[in-house]
Amino acid sequence: MSHTVGKKTPLVDGAQKVTGRAVYIDDIVLPGKVMLIGKILRSPFAHAKIKKIDYSQAKKLKGVFAVATAKDSENRFGVLPITKDETAFAIDKVTFIGDQIAAVAATDEETAIRALDLIKVEYEELPPILKPEKSLAPISHPDQKIQPWSKYEGNIFKTVNQSFGDVEKALKESAVVKNGKFSFNGVTHAFTEPMGVIANYGSDKKLTMWSSTQVPHYLHRALSEVMEMPMHRIKVIRPYVGGGFGGKSDPFPHEMAAAILSKKTGKPVKILFDRDEVFISNHGRHPTKTEMQMSATKDGEFTSLEIDALIDGGAWGSFGVITTYYNGVLSLGPYKIKNFNYNGNRVYTNKPASGAMRGHGAVNSRFAVETLIDEIAEDIGFDPCDLRIQNAYEPNSITANGFRITSCGIKECIEKVKIASNWDKKFKKMPYGKGIGIGCGFYISGSALPINWERMPQSTVHVKIDFDGGVTVHSLAAEIGQGSDTVLAQCVGEVLKCDMSRIRIYSKNTDTAPIDLGSYSSRVTFMAGLAAKRAAEEIKKQILNAASKIMSSPVENLELRNDQIIELKTKSSISFNEAVREALHDSGALHGKGHYQAPNLNPGLPRVNELRGKESEKGAPMGGSHKGAAAGLSPSYSMGAYVCQLEVDPETGLVNVEKVWAAHDCGKALNPLAVEGQIEGCIHMGLGQALMESFDYNRNTGRIENPNFLDYRCIPPTMMPDVDVFMVESADPEGPFGAKEAGEGPILPILPAVANAIYDAVGVRLRNLPMTPEKIISAIAKKK
Amino acid sequence: MTLIPFPNKKIGKKIVEFNINNEIVELAIKPNDLLLDVIRYKLNLTGTKRGCDMGTCGCCTVLIDDKPVLSCLTLAMQVQNKKIKTIESLQENENMHPVQECFHTEGGSQCGFCTPGFIMTSFALLKENNNPTREEVKEAISGNMCRCTGYIKIVDSIKKASEKIRGKESK
Repeated sequence: MSHTVGKKTPLVDGAQKVTGRAVYIDDIVLPGKVMLIGKILRSPFAHAKIKKIDYSQAKKLKGVFAVATAKDSENRFGVLPITKDETAFAIDKVTFIGDQIAAVAATDEETAIRALDLIKVEYEELPPILKPEKSLAPISHPDQKIQPWSKYEGNIFKTVNQSFGDVEKALKESAVVKNGKFSFNGVTHAFTEPMGVIANYGSDKKLTMWSSTQVPHYLHRALSEVMEMPMHRIKVIRPYVGGGFGGKSDPFPHEMAAAILSKKTGKPVKILFDRDEVFISNHGRHPTKTEMQMSATKDGEFTSLEIDALIDGGAWGSFGVITTYYNGVLSLGPYKIKNFNYNGNRVYTNKPASGAMRGHGAVNSRFAVETLIDEIAEDIGFDPCDLRIQNAYEPNSITANGFRITSCGIKECIEKVKIASNWDKKFKKMPYGKGIGIGCGFYISGSALPINWERMPQSTVHVKIDFDGGVTVHSLAAEIGQGSDTVLAQCVGEVLKCDMSRIRIYSKNTDTAPIDLGSYSSRVTFMAGLAAKRAAEEIKKQILNAASKIMSSPVENLELRNDQIIELKTKSSISFNEAVREALHDSGALHGKGHYQAPNLNPGLPRVNELRGKESEKGAPMGGSHKGAAAGLSPSYSMGAYVCQLEVDPETGLVNVEKVWAAHDCGKALNPLAVEGQIEGCIHMGLGQALMESFDYNRNTGRIENPNFLDYRCIPPTMMPDVDVFMVESADPEGPFGAKEAGEGPILPILPAVANAIYDAVGVRLRNLPMTPEKIISAIAKKK
Repeated sequence: MTLIPFPNKKIGKKIVEFNINNEIVELAIKPNDLLLDVIRYKLNLTGTKRGCDMGTCGCCTVLIDDKPVLSCLTLAMQVQNKKIKTIESLQENENMHPVQECFHTEGGSQCGFCTPGFIMTSFALLKENNNPTREEVKEAISGNMCRCTGYIKIVDSIKKASEKIRGKESK
């Protein structure tokens, strides 16, 4: 019987949050009133050479302790080791409005701001390259190269060409071919807590950094490279983090700036972003133009898919290599599509970098796929739900590009929402203005191939029990509000069958936590969850051995249950603490360690033998052996299907989303409260991108036009529809207690579901996001 | 807090007296000091959060004379003789206030950064109306922004808290 998993569990760190006691970055005060405030001087131009920086006046200002520029560090960093193109400060030229040029550390914020005004920078303006199409073209002068190191032509950052099967042949055998040009404005995470950092370079020559980050480990690595210090002299502490959604999953220049300033001054330095700085730093979803073509037979069998994506990366690489692949390959599920061509280009432009955002790389292509499917269904006279079910993968399938799908509840998801929404009575049957639509999703549960190609587990967890009977869990999986601390506690509690109040999570500090790659790519529940489970299993053995001694009964006859150890034959029992104490007598400490390393990567993958762990798990090898085969490769995939019902006012173009039925296959909902919360939050964010959110740039200057919450509009509470959540549990064979991801995949289905419902309501297909009232009335007018 | 620096001359401070969480304080306040900064950095009541500095996110919501107010849009000079209540004052014994408890148990708080602001807004709402409809709740919280929950579990939390409060009152 389940002890902790599957039970609605309030967050283990939740009481701190609701009482205002949770300590976020800006709440940290170091003793002694020695902390300096850092402020950043940012570029006013999107593209310009830096001719001269004169900060002599700034340095003279009373209360200013240091000014830092690129002279203090030119070392490159970046989240992907293959595309390190960021530096703490712009070197010789700036590449977007907001690029860091210098930073000041002063006694207080007011002084720091005054000092920034005293820094004189001479620029030579260059024409900014803002249109991604322009970045595809070859350059005629070296000045036009935004990032000089890129090996591709023009300002291309990454090109991916992939082909599986034979699209041409498939097209000949198809009865219907649908295509379209789609465009997606950029959107951003809009987490409520601005980024912030405190660096403290101590007199012991050790660096401590507190940062609002999703990836303490990558920050740790980047600091080591930029500061030229060994990792063991650096400690990264993650305080409570006020939301991330991918926006805090890169190491950032402001973190480097704080470290440099702290070293220069010998004092702790805090840098806290204003809201507009958060927008300027962006790393949100890439603005993308996608051409897509999809074909099917008259019997409703999908035959081919072709995608051409032009992805606007902004000035830095960030996760861009992965983004470029994901825009293609993550469209190869949950439907059987055997013939596939993909051409993706991610380009540099003179804008703030795009990066990873919830549903990374998959959201835009998914929107296009799901709307084309509806068009195909209409053409060949199929119900859109039935057509999707007909083409959906079964469990234990291999996709065209070699993804290994294990658990697979997509059909159940579609059936659930179809029935619950009373689809058959509504689709094409409601009065003009009212509509219903479906969309599905497919996402990874962590990347099988780690970003840094080395033989290191992706997650390690230590579990310790001491004389107080308390169970401490040590991990570096970053709790950012998604509930990762809680899920680790549940995994450990489930194995030890102990009271949840015994379990304390320590996940904040790189000094005490073993390696974990962090909270991104929906990897934590699966990977850190498994590591936690395994660590607890090691301890469980020690407890049972000790109990066996006390109870004079073989381990096979013993069972942990409700904070006790039960002898199954005699029904006698001892307490958890008794067994722990006995075990400690023998060893001094109870310690269990567990790790996760993705299993069975295809031996054909380059360097894979180096990466293979000793661990071998069941299941077919993952992935093909072609170039890029590891991108999108995951030990498990989540799926989902949503139905959305809405009303469009044909006069104003306003959309009122009335109801969403959301089914997500998360394998097993370890914490249903958190899974529901993720699904509802995803719907909020996805509706925003579908209907109103847009990162707007000035076409000539590249300046962000709406760097605040008044002008960058998110869905307000009054616009949120009612949501019925269905957690489909397909029991993943490898996930912890059958679980897989639920944090990002649930954003995918909502966007196309809205578009398809708008079509059902007023008969227009919108291909440009966001689908604003203006676009809707203009489409309706055109149709007339 | 991009405060706009005053012209570089001596700015007169003024003593402002107010009640915060049932404690009378007297502070030397500059004309451009925001109430939010005074609460956070002078009084170290860091439960009140700073999310946008322009009244768009509601993370800095506190109660002034029982009405929810954005402390980032309030000058500290304005609170002379007023009564301020922040998140730190809601819990009065070993148990959390029902609003806090329900935000915790019903999933109304994920990352937690917007939570104090929402709780203060909800606390004020339930003081005025202990049985609001879902629509009334949505209306009341529409000045607060949450990016994690999609607001659904926040509304659930407030509804549940209202039940608890009514239960207590009827006893």
